[in-house]
Amino acid sequence: MTAKGRITLVHLYPREMSIYGDLGNTRCLAARIRRHGYDCVVHDHHPGMPWPEQAHLFMGGGGQDSGQSRVQDDLAVNADRLRGLAADGVPMVMICGMYQMFGHAFITHDGVELPGLGILDVTTRGQSTRMIGGIVLDTDFGQVVGFENHSGATVLGSGQAPFGRVVVGHGNNGTDGTEGARAHNVIGSYLHGPILPANPAVADALIAAAAEVATGRSFEPEPLDDSLAEQARTRQIARLRKTG
Amino acid sequence: MLRTSAAILAGKAVRLAARRRGGGSALPGLVAERIDPRLLATALGGVTGGIVVVSGTNGKTTTTKMLAAIIQAHGRRVFTNPTGSNFTRGVISALLGQVGVTGRLAADVAVLELDEWHALQFAKVVAPTHALLLNVARDQLDRFAEIDTTARLLTTLGQATTDLVVLNRDDSFVARIAPALPDGIQVRYFGVDPDIADQVPALHEADVRFADGYAVPPPTPRDGLLHPADARVFSVRCGETVVGPITLRQRGLAAMINATAAVTMARAVLGSSFHPRLATDALVRVAPPFGRGEVIDVDGQPLELVLVKNPAGFTVALSTYGDEPVSTMVAINDDYADGQDVSWLYDVSFESLRGPGVAMTSGVRAYDMALRLDYDEVPVQEVQPDLEVALGRFLTAYPAGPKRIFCTYTAMMTLRRMLAARYDLPDFGEDAP
Ligand SMILES: [Zn+2]
Repeated sequence: MTAKGRITLVHLYPREMSIYGDLGNTRCLAARIRRHGYDCVVHDHHPGMPWPEQAHLFMGGGGQDSGQSRVQDDLAVNADRLRGLAADGVPMVMICGMYQMFGHAFITHDGVELPGLGILDVTTRGQSTRMIGGIVLDTDFGQVVGFENHSGATVLGSGQAPFGRVVVGHGNNGTDGTEGARAHNVIGSYLHGPILPANPAVADALIAAAAEVATGRSFEPEPLDDSLAEQARTRQIARLRKTG
Repeated sequence: MLRTSAAILAGKAVRLAARRRGGGSALPGLVAERIDPRLLATALGGVTGGIVVVSGTNGKTTTTKMLAAIIQAHGRRVFTNPTGSNFTRGVISALLGQVGVTGRLAADVAVLELDEWHALQFAKVVAPTHALLLNVARDQLDRFAEIDTTARLLTTLGQATTDLVVLNRDDSFVARIAPALPDGIQVRYFGVDPDIADQVPALHEADVRFADGYAVPPPTPRDGLLHPADARVFSVRCGETVVGPITLRQRGLAAMINATAAVTMARAVLGSSFHPRLATDALVRVAPPFGRGEVIDVDGQPLELVLVKNPAGFTVALSTYGDEPVSTMVAINDDYADGQDVSWLYDVSFESLRGPGVAMTSGVRAYDMALRLDYDEVPVQEVQPDLEVALGRFLTAYPAGPKRIFCTYTAMMTLRRMLAARYDLPDFGEDAP
């Protein structure tokens, strides 16, 4: 083990909830954790499997409807655990379908209310039209770029902070200019792309929190060469701002 | 009848005009379809030897070409949509070139490539006698949003077929269509021989595939099984009947599997007239469809253009070519035809390129591709978004060895045009992605 310590990254439901390249977030986090000089263990958590003994950072992605129904029971079983970890400051990044399930509820087209974990104060309603396209946000981590692809329209509770403000794109619901939600060290967002590789500032913020949880010391980063990510990010932002 | 003739004449006129402009292949079909939606039914009404629909996510164009070639080699007149325009209108456009004003097509068998959605639209007008269902993969085009939705479309297509359905035994989403088919429809399977399946790399994308298992029955002599001998040579075995040995002009395992599918369907269509020798001879002559492993001679060295459009296809392409010493370029655009969301690149593992590295990434998303490779620890020599500059530098920097360019659809169109201008290549029709 390296002197800095070991961070365990848990990918929640990689088979069911990892569509449109969300796996790239796990690849990115693991690579950056190692490049920052920490050991990284990636734990894939599947429905019905025992809960991992160590968990310092969580990633969850989008899925098909069939995928969501497959993980619902496991999520309910582990709901208290996840709520406790979130309250303790364990960092989590939840994309699209898992973002919705981290909210209070998802209300389907026909009015059926499916309860969520309530870690984020958001409610999502199913819609018939999809919100698809490139998206740019202003966030506390600087401008963030990605690709959204969702039919659910999400509304924030009164005290709930968004993850970002929409510069180009639809965001939570296409009307109020917000995107995603943030509470404790939990980020919920609709951004695929995937979100983390091209936005390393967000990735490192999650890793910094995870390092503290894992080691009890503050994050000791290494200088990384992010010039490729910087080029990819700024070029895409410039294109999207020009066209859309 | 009058209406049909009017439709055909109108369509033919547009077709001629479109050709003069060098335009796309779907417009004339659109015009004719508007005038007579029954045009397809009329035209195909006289085709008595089988109306075969080929559908699935990957390999439609290749498989359709192979199947048409095998049936033609048996002396049948085949109507097919050779441009890879896999929408209903593309079929009508192709029809217009071949029917007289009576609207009847002079063909014995129709072999039609249709994407999952258009296959269903087609089946509403003309019931296919045979359906060949290849695979279900998430396509980056996001046309159907979900892999389960795509699988349901193929199931409905199978149910709309009147005589016989050929299914991929190795794709659980396709194999499990069998129990959903009505009684009286024959089912045959193609696939890799189960005895050697473990020697063949995984062919179906690993992410988000969890169809409930369906136990495929053991192979019968009517099923086609792939037996690779080495990286280039294989045979297809159907009980005692052996087709091969075959060396295709198109390289790679995916093409071998397409050939296995085509042979299985050809036997079903041709019945006792099927002859293994004729099938082998036809298959070895089939030229790779545009962008599917086309090899261009560049100053005495082979340059291969490989179209990549979804994780499954890219993964198979990499496992096919992985261990050869070759200079590699990757060109990624994000127009509609390429898929605007480049996320899918993160569902492909590029670890096989770690040793040799990648000489150049290009296209609008050149930096995103380089970043993707960086996260798999694959060294990248140069990043150049401009395709023309990138191609020039790639060709001059690596004059001495074989080269390969993995590219998305519009990047391929651009590169192919540039290469055609430099090396005086024949023109290609514009295939749909
Ligand atoms: Zn999504």
